Amino acid sequence: MSNAPDLPRHRELGLTDSEFELIVEKLGREPNAVELAMFSLLWSEHCAYKHSRKLLRRLPTEGPRVVMGPGENAGAVDVGSGYAVAFKVESHNHPSAVEPFQGAATGVGGILRDVFAIGARPIAVLDSLRFGELDSVRSRHLLDGAVRGIGHYGNSIGVPTVGGEIYFEEPYEHNCLVNAMCIGFAKTAAMVRAAAAGVGNAVVLMGATTGRDGIGGASVLASAELGEGDEAKRPTVQVGDPFEESKLLECCLELLEKGLLVSLQDLGAAGLTSSAGEMASAGGVGIDIDVAKVPLREADMEPFEVMVSESQERMLAVVEPGQVAAVRAICDKWQTGAAEIGVVTDTRHIRILKGGAVVGDMPVEALVDGCPLYDLDPAAPEAWIYGNRETLAPSADSAATLLALLSAPSIASKQWVFQQYDAIVGSRTVRRPEAADAAVLALPEAGNAIAVSIDGNGRKVACEPFNGTVEAVLECAQNLACVGAEPLGLTNCLNFGNPEKPVPAWQLDRSVSGLAAACEALDVPVVGGNVSLYNEGPDGPIYPTPVVGMVGELPDPARTAPSSFAQAGDAIGLFGPFSPTLFGSELAKQRGELAMGLPEPDVAAVAAACRAVRDAVRAGRLASAHDVSDGGLATALAECSIGAGLGCRADLQDLREEGCTPEEALFGEGPGGFVLSGERAELETLGARVIGEVGGTTIELAAGDRSLIVGLTDATEAWRSLDARAESVAEPPADA
Amino acid sequence: MIWGVLQFPGSCDERDALHACEVVGGEARLIWHGERDLGGVDAIVIPGGFSYGDYLRAGAIARFSPAMEAVAEHAAAGGPVLGICNGFQVLCEAGLLPGALLRNEELRFICKQADLVDGEGQTLSIPIKHGEGRYYAPEEMLDALEARGQVAYRYADGHNANGSVRDIAGVRNERGNVVGLMPHPEHAVDPLTGSTDGRQVFEALERLAA
Amino acid sequence: MARARVLIRPKEGILDPQGKAVERALPALGFEGVGNVRVGRMVELEADDPEQLGELCEKLLANPLIEDYEIQPL
Repeated sequence: MSNAPDLPRHRELGLTDSEFELIVEKLGREPNAVELAMFSLLWSEHCAYKHSRKLLRRLPTEGPRVVMGPGENAGAVDVGSGYAVAFKVESHNHPSAVEPFQGAATGVGGILRDVFAIGARPIAVLDSLRFGELDSVRSRHLLDGAVRGIGHYGNSIGVPTVGGEIYFEEPYEHNCLVNAMCIGFAKTAAMVRAAAAGVGNAVVLMGATTGRDGIGGASVLASAELGEGDEAKRPTVQVGDPFEESKLLECCLELLEKGLLVSLQDLGAAGLTSSAGEMASAGGVGIDIDVAKVPLREADMEPFEVMVSESQERMLAVVEPGQVAAVRAICDKWQTGAAEIGVVTDTRHIRILKGGAVVGDMPVEALVDGCPLYDLDPAAPEAWIYGNRETLAPSADSAATLLALLSAPSIASKQWVFQQYDAIVGSRTVRRPEAADAAVLALPEAGNAIAVSIDGNGRKVACEPFNGTVEAVLECAQNLACVGAEPLGLTNCLNFGNPEKPVPAWQLDRSVSGLAAACEALDVPVVGGNVSLYNEGPDGPIYPTPVVGMVGELPDPARTAPSSFAQAGDAIGLFGPFSPTLFGSELAKQRGELAMGLPEPDVAAVAAACRAVRDAVRAGRLASAHDVSDGGLATALAECSIGAGLGCRADLQDLREEGCTPEEALFGEGPGGFVLSGERAELETLGARVIGEVGGTTIELAAGDRSLIVGLTDATEAWRSLDARAESVAEPPADA
Repeated sequence: MIWGVLQFPGSCDERDALHACEVVGGEARLIWHGERDLGGVDAIVIPGGFSYGDYLRAGAIARFSPAMEAVAEHAAAGGPVLGICNGFQVLCEAGLLPGALLRNEELRFICKQADLVDGEGQTLSIPIKHGEGRYYAPEEMLDALEARGQVAYRYADGHNANGSVRDIAGVRNERGNVVGLMPHPEHAVDPLTGSTDGRQVFEALERLAA
Repeated sequence: MARARVLIRPKEGILDPQGKAVERALPALGFEGVGNVRVGRMVELEADDPEQLGELCEKLLANPLIEDYEIQPL
């Protein structure tokens, strides 16, 4: 925490003068130190969403398959046969920028707790990561640490990491993004909400002991811009213990299965303060907590430290008095802690006691729901506010350009990363990472399967936040279509810069509108989400990065198309309303030609194409399906070839007839395009344009004067080149 | 045929192992690490995972559980025991199998499909996923193991991803009834999620029980 | 109650990739002339009966096949 001794205490804790005055008004007196600490955390952006809550009201949240919507620990959708799939994505950006291993590890730990808090067993994790360019030592250090951290936690706890995506862009250099998404599976009837209930019921703290980890984390680490002196923040980083969480997970699921808990909530940002506050608020009750009963890891902790500690692997449960002994017995079996630290009251106050003395007393309404919500003051930038760096000469020929795109760190294979994750534990993983456009998980209990995709290309959102966000949603929908899945629900994590500044405010405002519009058009409800603001470095905000996670259902896990071609001789089809442009593309980036502007997608047409592809995949009529994404059609075709070890020949003349330049046809990007392969007749029945054939040892693309031939070996080498470049990691940079 | 699958705090693949046993044939049940009585099962599987967080050394703490005492007696009586990944580490720590498992040479966790060659020269495609899977034993011990035919599985050429000595992926005890390997046969029993070659590893154990 | 520190390190001749990684990183950070890095573990404990420490090390803290240990009374 920065120490300006003459600053009033509330400002040091991140509260404005008017917020402080409002607290005094609501309490009818000045808050004491314990209360001030608790208010400062619950009234932070991270907990109160004070700059984003009004915008989030635009999102559609209802649908026939929604089981749990926003406001619960995780959202959930019905997958039939009495089962539900829960999911949520959450950021751990600032902790990861300070200490990538523990930051990423505890990010995974936190999102797992959100999911098992509602009684769902976590069955998969996906991650969305953003770093500065790979040639930066800092970025490689952060990448290495975050990947090790994710692997350490997920692998140890036995939840597979089945997919994800990584982009490397300069604006993330000083503010990396680590977003983790967890998928859980539950019997719908057995799911539990977080509302405290039953005056006189016991409040039981389960799991790890409480130490000084992450004190002030919610307000200082998660809601203030990172700048000089990051080093000093290191001691407050939380340390993850996946073994403790593994026991806690099994223990909680057993307790819920035996019906021993009234409600359950995880402890995340702001620790006991937010979990007790939110449980009381949701249940319309009060809670008394005695900090003297909280098992501590360090002696002499102050009451406020106990209340705001972010020690990991803890859960808070409400238990009927007669069941406390039974709860303790199961916690003992799993060798995890269980301490009765409080009681549910009818006061609608959160009271903090130490032994017999009351050391804090606040109305729940003021603490949890009293924070003022702010309107943004958005203003569009006059021009491109981010940098441009030319790494590929405009004179490069098409073959060299394709190889440069394939080896671009954001496009190249992330096998180096995925191999460090257990992708198969749980025996549900039908498609391993990079084998298909979306992860596919079998649900034998429900007799079907789900597909999951996560995406969010910040560069395009920076070019035009509304259209860029629509594209992120469409990318997920197209990914699901490629494996034959129908979207059921969506979660998101909005990673943006400082909302108190006009440009990030404009980006956030436009992006949320784009998200709402795309979800409405696709008829996909938003069942939960997370907001991470103030992501800025010394040079300004990060790319505005709405990370979208989408879950879909498919009837038969054996009927999913791979993304790579299947066999020589198959016809290649281009399908969908694909109008490629170079706006915001990887090629525009490499040429240093990024600028404002991105065409508006035709969402209805893309949705129709998704339905057609989905039905064809489900019917087993396609040998492969891959959506055209970063790097354009040439890159998509090359990816299909590399994965199969089979060359291809294609003629892009059709696109040129529609007005595309040869370059746009090859490398232009945009939503709506699918590369399909299979029997020619099937592709034609579907309405795809047959553009070529699978086979040979080269990738040959005819596009007028930009036609190209690239050897499959060279293409493969380029696409697999991340391994060697990412491996040169070692030590953190001197200034990290 | 009744299979018993041990469960320690921190086990990860116990449900996968249960499922695999059922696919191969017979009844399978979980055995909590605190049980001193194995309940009359015919064969024991010690599954993968991170028992006790692998915090001291992989498998070092789990070997002291009551269930492991019972497993040692079961093994001494000739009963079949299969240790997979962390289970292999537990068996080595318990002295029921020779050698030790060290951190992977590249210091990274590796999850990928690998080819193994079994004692009959058959190649099996089975996934590996571990961070501490580098098999080690002193040279004299290795010579003795080879001479007695105790090397049960080797990584095929180019598939030794962890730096194991002599490409050893799995070993058996002198009597042949206790087998441990780093790769995960329980994740290779269903064509939907991978290969089916792992069944052979379980079937070999099943024959020992017969 | 006696306090003791147990140092556990890989046996001579056993490949120690952690030690190697540290060794490789040192020149890049400007530390020349450092070699033979071995990375091990340290366990601090209190014991009523220090006599039992040797057995405790043999059985649990170290794996004698791959590790050496050293008990230092504090």
